[in-house]
Amino acid sequence: MDFIKNFPFFSIMLCMFCAIITSCLGRKAAKYLTRIVLAAVVGLSAALLVYTYINGGSFVYYMGHFPAPWGNEIRAGCLEAIFALFVSAVAFLSVVAGGKAVEYDVEDKKENLFYILVCLMVSSLLAMCYTNDLFTGYVFIEINTIAGCGLIMVRQIGKSVVTAIRYMVISLLGSGLFLIGVTLLYSLTGHLLMSNIKESLLPVFESGDYRVQLTIVIGLMTVGLSVKSGLFPFHLWIPDAYGQSNVVSSSLLSSTVSKGYIFLLIKIYVRTIGFDVIEKSGVFNICFVFGVVAMVFGSLIALREKSFRRMIAYSSIAQIGYIFMGIGLGTKEGLVAAVFHIFAHGITKSLLFLSSSAFTEGSHTKSIHEIKGLAYEHKFSSFCYSVGAFSIVGFPLLSGFVSKLLLGGAAIGQGLMQWIALLALAVSTILNAIYFLRTVIYLYIPPEQPLKAEEPKPYSSMRGFSYAFGVTVLVLVNFLVGLASGPVINIINKGLEFFS
Amino acid sequence: MWSLITRHLNDIVAVALFVIGFADLLFQRNMIKKIIGLNIMDTAIYLLLASQGYITGRKAPIIVDGVESASAYINPIPSGLVLTGIVVSVSVTALLLSLTIRMYKKYHSLDLDHCLMMARREG
Repeated sequence: MDFIKNFPFFSIMLCMFCAIITSCLGRKAAKYLTRIVLAAVVGLSAALLVYTYINGGSFVYYMGHFPAPWGNEIRAGCLEAIFALFVSAVAFLSVVAGGKAVEYDVEDKKENLFYILVCLMVSSLLAMCYTNDLFTGYVFIEINTIAGCGLIMVRQIGKSVVTAIRYMVISLLGSGLFLIGVTLLYSLTGHLLMSNIKESLLPVFESGDYRVQLTIVIGLMTVGLSVKSGLFPFHLWIPDAYGQSNVVSSSLLSSTVSKGYIFLLIKIYVRTIGFDVIEKSGVFNICFVFGVVAMVFGSLIALREKSFRRMIAYSSIAQIGYIFMGIGLGTKEGLVAAVFHIFAHGITKSLLFLSSSAFTEGSHTKSIHEIKGLAYEHKFSSFCYSVGAFSIVGFPLLSGFVSKLLLGGAAIGQGLMQWIALLALAVSTILNAIYFLRTVIYLYIPPEQPLKAEEPKPYSSMRGFSYAFGVTVLVLVNFLVGLASGPVINIINKGLEFFS
Repeated sequence: MWSLITRHLNDIVAVALFVIGFADLLFQRNMIKKIIGLNIMDTAIYLLLASQGYITGRKAPIIVDGVESASAYINPIPSGLVLTGIVVSVSVTALLLSLTIRMYKKYHSLDLDHCLMMARREG
């Protein structure tokens, strides 16, 4: 069974080689190869999840057969496995469900280039998830930035160039801060492997030296990664990036890319620097404050937004706030809730973006008022969209409900934080309900005049079985995570235990 | 005080350059100046890394004349990191420059704010 230990490496390399091969394939072949490889990665991650869950603990895999302080390492446990499963599954379903939207937006000759970007993005996310080395983490952050920039550029309109440049500039600021944080941490400890850094930091921390330097390092890395994941004061690029690009790109960027950075941040907190050290440095309070502000503020600006897809994008800001609030509570329960919300939001947001493509004719911008009555035309899509909207608002039976329950439960017993967190949750939920249910109600308003005889709708007629399949699976997963949340929470708990 | 400065001259210069580059990347409106800022920022980090690996009086870690004792050489890891970092920053710079060319072709301006306004007006 030791063969399974190769799976993390296999899944990273499969995606990377797929990206290379795709560059010289035709569009059909590229599309199917990407689907097959992503499905294979889903299978590998699921097998790894079963293996690590049964065996418990986590294992270290040497890259290149050099032992610890010299070589590069991969480390995998339950939590990494379930995150990899989440990333690859969301990517697979998005690519399957949005295949037609890609065909519609991208020129035929360039369609294989789109799949290169998808493969690169997934492989860099998987590498960020599995790596045990900070500098490798940095390199893959940059690869991810480049792939993300390409995904935004997919629709060849002038606006997307400007959006991509802004995304790039902000991401580069973030990765610059992260890199200088890594450099300073290296000078403090002399190591780049996460576990070794923790070992050599413990005596330093207990002796009380270098307190200021350590706080600076933690601050730099936190700010760097939260800039890249779009936490509240750094959110300005989000609506353009998610609201205008191709639906598959929006779904991938919002539900997996920003979560990858948060996962890396959790890894740095728990594994590299140590939960206690971080707690004493007070960074959790800052995460908490910005998370709470993002929850309320993100919902407020989403309420004001007129454009349909930009509204969905704005709601991401609030959801990122939820995750940071969970981390900022500074307890194990808070961390579990934050990780659960990563998954819940990921599957919900991709469902929302993909099903909204039916109303906006692919990736066009439409105002909220223009979608009135479209439910009678697109029955299936509007059902799926409603499931997503209900889930993000937090209706029972759906995944969003469980994550809100966990966040609320984690906040109880935290003194002042308890009241702030619960109040913010309540306010944000009400605001969420207002702007999401408004769109659902608009969809189901009966049209005043009978539907016009068909105007040509190139996109709608192109969707087909694959769209239905991808979206249905996302709906089912949403229900599954909401109804059977126990096992998922169990895996997260067990994974966090062996994460440090 | 003076000895402190001379001892940490590399670090001080690196941090000063980092701040300059960071501010350039953040606040300049001209894309070319932004990209120059990005490169200054990255170079500052490489200076910091390289100066941390340097040990006064030692040589580059290339085995010449059969000297194999580690105490004869500087720490090679930061140099390796700098090389990797340079590769990353070259590719990012190239991508950003190509995006700038596209933006210039479309809007005939290098000013990011100006182009953003024009893009917004397009709808």
